[in-house]
Amino acid sequence: MKPGKPTSPEAPSNQALFFKAQSSEALLDETLQQALRKAQGGFIEKRSQAIADVENFDSYKQQAQLVKNHTLDHLAYYLTQFEENVIKNGGHVHWASTPEQLNNIILHICERRDAKFVTKGKSMISEEANLNAALEAAGIDVTETDLGEYIIQLAKEPPSHIIVPAIHKTRQQVEALFRKTHDLGERDLDNIAALVDEARLQLRQKFLDADVGITGANMLIADTGSVMVVTNEGNGDLTATLPKVHIVTTSIEKVIPDLESASAILRVLARSATGQPITSYTSLFSGPSGIEDLDGPDEFHVILLDNQRSQMLGSPFEEMLKCIKCGACLNHCPVYSAVGGHAYGWVYPGPMGSVLTPLMTGLKQSNDLPNASTLCGRCEEVCPMGIPLPELLRQLRNKEHEEQLTSWKSRFPLKGFMWTIQHPRLFHWITKISRLILTNTTLTHLLERHLLTSWYNSKELPKNHSKGTFMEQYQKSLKQNKT
Amino acid sequence: MTSVPNTPRSTAPKVALFVTCLVNQFRPNVGFSAITLLEHAGCDVIVPKAQTCCGQPGYNNGLRNAAIETAKSTIKLLEPYDYVVLPSGSCTGMLSKHYPTLLSNDIAWKKRADSLSNKTWELCQFLVECLDVKLPTHSKLEGKTISYQDSCSCKRELKNTSAPRQLINQLCNGSNLVELKDPESCCGFGGTFSVKFPDISERLVSDKVQDIKATGADILVSADLGCLINIAGYTSRTESRPLEVRHIAEILANNLGTPSMTSRTQNNGSVSGSKK
Repeated sequence: MKPGKPTSPEAPSNQALFFKAQSSEALLDETLQQALRKAQGGFIEKRSQAIADVENFDSYKQQAQLVKNHTLDHLAYYLTQFEENVIKNGGHVHWASTPEQLNNIILHICERRDAKFVTKGKSMISEEANLNAALEAAGIDVTETDLGEYIIQLAKEPPSHIIVPAIHKTRQQVEALFRKTHDLGERDLDNIAALVDEARLQLRQKFLDADVGITGANMLIADTGSVMVVTNEGNGDLTATLPKVHIVTTSIEKVIPDLESASAILRVLARSATGQPITSYTSLFSGPSGIEDLDGPDEFHVILLDNQRSQMLGSPFEEMLKCIKCGACLNHCPVYSAVGGHAYGWVYPGPMGSVLTPLMTGLKQSNDLPNASTLCGRCEEVCPMGIPLPELLRQLRNKEHEEQLTSWKSRFPLKGFMWTIQHPRLFHWITKISRLILTNTTLTHLLERHLLTSWYNSKELPKNHSKGTFMEQYQKSLKQNKT
Repeated sequence: MTSVPNTPRSTAPKVALFVTCLVNQFRPNVGFSAITLLEHAGCDVIVPKAQTCCGQPGYNNGLRNAAIETAKSTIKLLEPYDYVVLPSGSCTGMLSKHYPTLLSNDIAWKKRADSLSNKTWELCQFLVECLDVKLPTHSKLEGKTISYQDSCSCKRELKNTSAPRQLINQLCNGSNLVELKDPESCCGFGGTFSVKFPDISERLVSDKVQDIKATGADILVSADLGCLINIAGYTSRTESRPLEVRHIAEILANNLGTPSMTSRTQNNGSVSGSKK
């Protein structure tokens, strides 16, 4: 089973239902494991260094959270203000309820401009819509220009991380991929610099040929009508400024009041993501080129995708809209670190993905995900926006239980257990019996082989080395003391 | 260690010991060790008879309403005492952090949950922060190195990392504690997670065990039986000479009569799988 392969140009393929099988496969994939181990430690160390370097990161976090809380409380106001200002600057704003609508708006613009070549900066929103497949189906040549995205586009794979999409690939795999897809002759590609040069060489012409450039956005500044994009490669700038049309694919929760607010978020974003104090490029795009400008696009579009976000507003999941997509929760998640992003089966992996995927694509299509966490709490601890991810996962588990999406095999014993612990005498009687069962070799053997196999496959069952449960022994000792 | 109740019974704080369902079922020695430690520190220890489980399995698996019922009955049960102490970070977190969350929509019950939360302590944290206990050093541990595994709930929910280390250092004169290289990462237990995703759980516990082995520690201790059952279950399967795995209360109370959790013998067997 190959996760994430596009099935139709309209809908992003969703393999989230198969998390369990996909994660088991990922654990056995030696090359993937090698790539994951190499990447993960680096992110954790760099982030912790970046945070140690500033005096009071907690106060940065608080300020960033204040901005988001305030904006979400007045979302309609700031979205309207943003729209008005984009229009004032000469741009266009489109509202897309669904990913399909987003794709259609873009196809329509491309058709009107007779676009043959499209370049793209990294955009997770376009991944939500599986935009590349839609463009290709319309006969448009689309090229990802973020190095990681470029690599996985060549490999025909979806991103496995929200900020480092090709994190699952080793250098050797990238070299082999370039040799297969580029005309390289005998050239050496045995170091990272050579690989980057090769990608740059290929991309340079694409930038120049592009009719339309599509970028994502990290923030939308309401009071100036600007779009902020942060990158480390500068590909966002080339995508936004060289073609005649610049389209921004973004979503409604990215709006913030002003540049002051943007600074508050920038202070935590790169530190949490890559451990940089700030990314190499922080660019603001505020509409098409003016009369005085020598270059730049003559058309500027911002498409605001909803895709269930307005449903989260005012729900127990509203906190999720504070996510700034830094990826810290992925980098610190033991489960993500072990299985990588593809196992999660849709656009967003890791803890934030385990919350977003069910909310965006339906719990029924992804009911493993909320359970794919040990609830160790590290995600919440490193989240710059303080999103209570474990609690949100628990809320989703509750929904699953209420909608009976869990298997009876787990529902029935849990219900039984929870009922039993409300009846202390029965509970203590059962614990006595189960201890006796576990002292019987034959019965234990049956349990191990038939009922508790998933534990017993790799671990011994716990043993009680004493002559009774605690309560039994304690009560006995009380009686002895009395007599 | 002999119990030295140096406070008169009447003024001694009435401490309810909530032993937790895992200790009750699998490791009674932890409960008795906790009693020894608390009595040594001058507490009047009571074990409420009607205690069962804190309800965390239901809470973590979507049975929120059932967890609310459990929270209410546990609150009622534990209200009469000055303190509630648990030999588990995870169950302490359930009582002190999650009960108030679960009952946040019910003003009267929220108040009761908050007041329970204020007097609920994890054992090590209670001994250090509330009682400032001094433990005698003990010779059985001389020359042995001990590694302490922070459970995620002790570390993150309770911010309880220094108390257990202080206590271990008291026992061994500060020289025998060896730290893991990566104390931040989860051992892969996660309650039902370990059963629902055994492959991932195995991978996480195998990383943890590599880390523990690399410390060269003779004994691994933790304040949570869940993590220990996971680690002991895995090491006794994979290692020919599994290390000694114990709950921290056992070594603190010098209560080493029960074999290591990695031992395969049953019922007070005299052979510990880990004895050197």
